[in-house]
Amino acid sequence: MAGGATSGGSAVTDTYKEARNWLLLPAWITLGFLVLAPVLLMLVYSFLTKEFRGGVIWEFSLAAYDQFFFDRGLFGDDPAQIEWTYIAIFWRSIWQAGVATLLSLAIGFPTAYFIATRPEKQRVIWVFLITIPYWVNLLIRTVSMRFLLRDEGPLNSFFMATGLVDGPIHMINTNFAVQVGLFYSYLPFMVLPIYAAVERYNFTLSEAAADLYANKWITLRHIVLPAVKPGVVAGCILVFVPSLGSFLAPDLLGGAKNFMIGSLIEEQFKGNAGNWPFGAAASMILLTMVLIILVIYARAQARSDKEAG
Amino acid sequence: MATRRYDIKSYSGFLQITLLCLFVLYAPLIVVAVYSLNASESIAVWEGFSLRWYADVFTGSESAKFKVAARNSFVIAIIAASVATTIATLAATAMVRGGKFRLRAWSFGLISLPLMVPEIVTAVATLIFFNSIGFERGLLTILLAHIAFCIPFAYLPISARMQSIEDTYEQAAQDLYATKRQAFTKILLPLMLPGIISGYLLAFIISLDDFIITNFVKGAGVETLPTAIFGAVKQGIKPNIMAISTMLLGFSILMVLISYLVSRTDKKP
Amino acid sequence: MSLENPNAIEVREAVKRYGDFTALKTISLSIKDNEFFTLLGPSGCGKTTLLRMIAGFEDVTEGAIYLYDEEIAGLPPHKRPVNTVFQNYALFPHKTVLDNVAFGLQMRGNSKADSRKRAGEMLELVQLSQFAGRKPSQLSGGQQQRVALARALAPQPKVLLLDEPLSALDLKLRKAMQLELKHLQRETGITFIFVTHDQEEALTMSDRIAVMSSGELQQLGDAREIYESPRNMFVADFIGETNLLGVSVDRVEAGQAVCHLGGGHALTCAAVEDVAAGSDVHLSVRPERLFLTPEAESADGMKATVRENIFVGTDITTLVDLADGPQFTIRTSNSERGNKRIFEPGTPVFVNMEHGAARLLVD
Repeated sequence: MAGGATSGGSAVTDTYKEARNWLLLPAWITLGFLVLAPVLLMLVYSFLTKEFRGGVIWEFSLAAYDQFFFDRGLFGDDPAQIEWTYIAIFWRSIWQAGVATLLSLAIGFPTAYFIATRPEKQRVIWVFLITIPYWVNLLIRTVSMRFLLRDEGPLNSFFMATGLVDGPIHMINTNFAVQVGLFYSYLPFMVLPIYAAVERYNFTLSEAAADLYANKWITLRHIVLPAVKPGVVAGCILVFVPSLGSFLAPDLLGGAKNFMIGSLIEEQFKGNAGNWPFGAAASMILLTMVLIILVIYARAQARSDKEAG
Repeated sequence: MATRRYDIKSYSGFLQITLLCLFVLYAPLIVVAVYSLNASESIAVWEGFSLRWYADVFTGSESAKFKVAARNSFVIAIIAASVATTIATLAATAMVRGGKFRLRAWSFGLISLPLMVPEIVTAVATLIFFNSIGFERGLLTILLAHIAFCIPFAYLPISARMQSIEDTYEQAAQDLYATKRQAFTKILLPLMLPGIISGYLLAFIISLDDFIITNFVKGAGVETLPTAIFGAVKQGIKPNIMAISTMLLGFSILMVLISYLVSRTDKKP
Repeated sequence: MSLENPNAIEVREAVKRYGDFTALKTISLSIKDNEFFTLLGPSGCGKTTLLRMIAGFEDVTEGAIYLYDEEIAGLPPHKRPVNTVFQNYALFPHKTVLDNVAFGLQMRGNSKADSRKRAGEMLELVQLSQFAGRKPSQLSGGQQQRVALARALAPQPKVLLLDEPLSALDLKLRKAMQLELKHLQRETGITFIFVTHDQEEALTMSDRIAVMSSGELQQLGDAREIYESPRNMFVADFIGETNLLGVSVDRVEAGQAVCHLGGGHALTCAAVEDVAAGSDVHLSVRPERLFLTPEAESADGMKATVRENIFVGTDITTLVDLADGPQFTIRTSNSERGNKRIFEPGTPVFVNMEHGAARLLVD
């Protein structure tokens, strides 16, 4: 009754209050040692001196961040200029992830809306169809996309057979291929939260709008969209964030010219040629960007929750 | 003849976009599945149906490599999913049935950390960690990294399920002379089973599919299926790769079907 | 604590607080052996909290609870020989009906075969033997209710706790179950503690009723006492329908209080303790104990005008406006044998009170 989390079931209850620390201990240890500690250690590594055969020398150094942002010439004694190489790679990553997100939204929103307005029994099947690809190995999906987009691949054969084009359209190893690859990788992440939001949407509101002389598209824009916005924002974040740090799509579909953050980081740890502190620094910068996005999102979410009462 | 009803919910074009969406999602997979049945040596020409590349996966020149990789993948996935599911179940019990406590928000943050940190960052961090403590890279490092990474994936369905189970069942059990431990094992766990199974399957698939973290923390010469496939693809896509991919694809779909059926047979109490 | 049978439950100055919120404010009450006892009150009054404290799901912040003279406040639920019928029944969905009923017996250390045998007998008692192999979800609400009852009674608890067990049933089934529960209690001789917010249900079934509100015990007594002699405004208003009138006490003499209403109408009624001349108090008169006459029948008749008649099936409710005074609700039985006198709206009438109908309330 009155007084809180006692009867009524749901949400948080305290049946196993006494044991909770013991129950959480394995999770704390595993995640503390294998995720939290490594991330903190990575932060430390980004401030160490590089060792030439890979690895680090335990000496404090800002060299990694310096190398990322500044160009001091071949021997390091020229006046510092902004180094654009890495900033450009980051910028390209943001751009590619952004385009993939918009593409996912353009296709994902109508899809999610369509599915959510089906009769209840059909909905399960549609959602199932959308989720299956998520369960299929990302590597295999990316390889499939590479196979499909090749110059001599099935898509080009189809275009040429139908006489749409004379020669193959060059798609592989382009920015476009990466965008399509990212879009394809994370599309289900866009559809599912929007679907959940539309499913909860009360269509009486649309009827009220129609009753007050709004046409369908105005209703969609001014009534439906604001109501399902949390789902749209969640979907965009779920596509944008993994796209930003993705490795497979740019590596397999973009080739060497279309480097993204993921490939830059990976290179620093490959064989003996790498620069671990620099890789750690680039990872820290990526992580910082992602955390900023998530914090802004969490704040906005908390605010809208508060407004909703 | 009736006039067409004005349907407030439907928008013209949305059906077509949905079909396009499904087409984009499935076309590459179907194309690869079809070409895996190609008799030709070359992936560019179609020479009729054949299962020769499936036979090649098991008996061909690269079969030994793939067999080892597949065994590594499945052994790691089974162990990682089992451990992660156990840890996640215990953690979910504390989080959902442990009342409100100060460490709760922090614990939730820690559990969802692998979902928030980009995978490549986790991979780098884990590599640095193993390297700095002098842990030699190999199957064990892959397994440990997978256990940690799989915990949130197992945790989410399990805690969602537990939240949907009213605590009156456990109270009724205690009222009928069951101790808390008995109420947990005899009542809560059986009711949790669908959530635990989907958590396990999700963790299993995540481990089986993982490429990035594995690629960083595996020792030289140690391969799992994804890293072996990646290595092979770098040399160019060969038909036997498409056969392996198709088998893995079929396996994943089988898993998702099982998970779907489990959640369907389970009527909410 | 006496030489006779000890009380089944004795709650001594029990307090329940959740942080700053006090759910129960120092409650003391005794529930007799073999009694059908009801905790009645609106939601949030603390009745369920008290029940859960007896069951062991809530700890007692202050005070003590005794079960047949044994302190139980510190015991976990599984060590208390009391069983609960939960509001939503809480039947284990993964176990069959038979295994649900056998659960408590098994947990008390009986063998599986033994427990099942006795569970089968319990199911016979509630006439559900043919459903023993089914899952709870395959039963109707009323059947689930009886399984929950069988499950709670199977381990032969010393006290059975029932937390609004009938609230999910429809009206007809609820009425039938009320009688069935009452009979079951007589047959088994087990003390029942029943929680409800439905006053009619409480009046129908209980030997004694404890009326609660805002974490406090308002009145304790049998159905008749609670209905006819409410102690305070809350009880008078919560139980049944009543006319609550603000009055001023003119004088108290020979156990009678003479008061007057707004508009100067005088009333005489039995005095209660600590009522003094000159104080403003409230008075409760049940609508069925008022009647209308075209002419004044006694000095106490109050002049009024009929405003409206409302037909409610068994009765006819008449609203009248007292001249310069408050409005009254009067209930007349819809029967030809009774002195059914219905007056059209606008008719001037006199409101009369049966002897002893007016009751002074302690605020």
